Amino acid sequence: MSDMEFIKGNEAIAMGAIEAGCRFYFGYPITPQNDIPEYMARHLPEVGGTFIQAESEIASINMLLGAGATGARAMTSSSSPGISLKQEGISYMCGSQIPGVIVNMSRSGPGLGGISPSQGDYFQATRGGGHGDYRTIVLAPHSVQENYDLTMRAFDLADKYRNPVVLLGDALLGQMKEPLRKKKYKEKEFPKNWVMSGAKGRKPRLLKSLYLSEGELTEHNWMLYKKYQRMKREIRYEAQLLDDAFLVVVGFGSVARILKTSVQMAREKDMKVGLFRPITLFPFPYAALEKVSLAVRNFMAVELNTGQMVEDIKLAVGHKKNQVDFYGRPPGSIPSPDELFWEIKKVYKKRVG
Amino acid sequence: MKHVFKRPKALIDVAFHFCPGCHHGIIHRLVAECIDKYGLMKETIGVASVGCSVFLYDYINVDVVEAPHGRAAAVATGVKRSRPGNFVFTYQGDGDLAAIGTAEIIHAANRGEHITVIFVNNTVFGMTGGQMAPTTMVGQETTTTPFGRDPDMNGFPIRMAELLGDLPGTTFVARTAVNNPKNLMRAKKLLRKAFEVQINNEGFGFIEFLSACPTNWKISPERAAKRVQEEMIPYFPLGVFKEGRE
Repeated sequence: MSDMEFIKGNEAIAMGAIEAGCRFYFGYPITPQNDIPEYMARHLPEVGGTFIQAESEIASINMLLGAGATGARAMTSSSSPGISLKQEGISYMCGSQIPGVIVNMSRSGPGLGGISPSQGDYFQATRGGGHGDYRTIVLAPHSVQENYDLTMRAFDLADKYRNPVVLLGDALLGQMKEPLRKKKYKEKEFPKNWVMSGAKGRKPRLLKSLYLSEGELTEHNWMLYKKYQRMKREIRYEAQLLDDAFLVVVGFGSVARILKTSVQMAREKDMKVGLFRPITLFPFPYAALEKVSLAVRNFMAVELNTGQMVEDIKLAVGHKKNQVDFYGRPPGSIPSPDELFWEIKKVYKKRVG
Repeated sequence: MKHVFKRPKALIDVAFHFCPGCHHGIIHRLVAECIDKYGLMKETIGVASVGCSVFLYDYINVDVVEAPHGRAAAVATGVKRSRPGNFVFTYQGDGDLAAIGTAEIIHAANRGEHITVIFVNNTVFGMTGGQMAPTTMVGQETTTTPFGRDPDMNGFPIRMAELLGDLPGTTFVARTAVNNPKNLMRAKKLLRKAFEVQINNEGFGFIEFLSACPTNWKISPERAAKRVQEEMIPYFPLGVFKEGRE
């Protein structure tokens, strides 16, 4: 265990970013993610990188747009209200196909809400979030190790698809400390024949999202749509104890972490409960969940909100959508494994009838 | 035979879409001349803004990235920090820079970003059809000040060059106009300085052009140029507001 370090969730994200070659960070302070800019401010200069504390979230995302336009690996991070402010820039980045990594260590809303963990930003993250018909890849870690690993992956996916990638965590995943095994980033090559670098030895390039000619924007939107469809090959999820399951509990991020213990408790009581954890929230593992639904009769969504991902689960299981129960915990407190076990038990009993 | 006047290389050979009497075309040409003069065509990254100026990329033959409305200075910050060896400029109107983008321009200036900002002030939102801008003159009728701009209601026209010249982060700040040959010749010189401070790694260069918008002012191009002289310059005085770092 000598190569393990005890690391805070937010710092693991910053470490993963630097390891993946991120050399530009732009951000604005907001709880509960301040460890990320603080780590970047201290450690980016060591690798010749640049940290800017911007005047606003809006400026941060547009600096990210600018650095991303040059092909540099760059990142911004914030928490829910700040992410709302970034939506304009994210929409432009999608429209102009400019990569970048956006971390949302979400807190609770609506409005100023509070600083407790929440999954209230699921819709915002998975449906685009800003104006226009676009999507971003959304990765949902559930541990400090995954914070690190998925941040590295986020940079590759952003470059691969020339699209912003959102890492969606929450206050719990940002603030908790866990053992982390650092990994060496494997350098990958991505085409850079679109970047802003000055038109030396080539024709000038243009990165834009404005299309006014007849039919041009229609074509542009279909092109982007096809790209979002291609992203399906990046779908990741974790499945546990599904083989004999009577009830499959579905959760992502911090709540999935708690559910793992609750599901174990259910198994100890001889209840046939399995767990399905989407890791990519966009693209959502619809097909995988649909396949599960061929063998499993009952589903239960658990979220730290009043019901968002549950809609995707119902879409996935289709004909069994009336067999999907939901337990929601809006922000303010975190459910314990015991509490979630009792909620699972209630649903289980009801479904056994 | 010696050429005394020709199209700058950095200016693409197409007709401008601008309305008759608009000064954008003249200012575009000056920018292109400057890019030629310093041999920057292969080094330049332009940042286009939102408004009539968005089509910069149709006319200036360099790499261009389009910024959201008002955010050009923040986008340029990201570009320049990543590519310090390139020449980076923004080209923004008064709605873009002095209304929705006020925070971005003030803080880019205050950080002393090594970029050149070309600001075109025609006292009105052009592209959207002539609404009040932050620079609209007191009493000026626009589609959203149909009875004239009333300072009690809408405040006063904002003087961006003075505001930015006052910031310790800026290196060169000037206001100029292209409404007559004399002002045009002076504008050329000032624009060169706004370029040079970046070329020489001296910091943030800002140049405000007073410009005519006959269409939205609903007057002839001739009268519009006259209005720049008689109404705008007395309120927006031409000159250099900052030269050299403090």
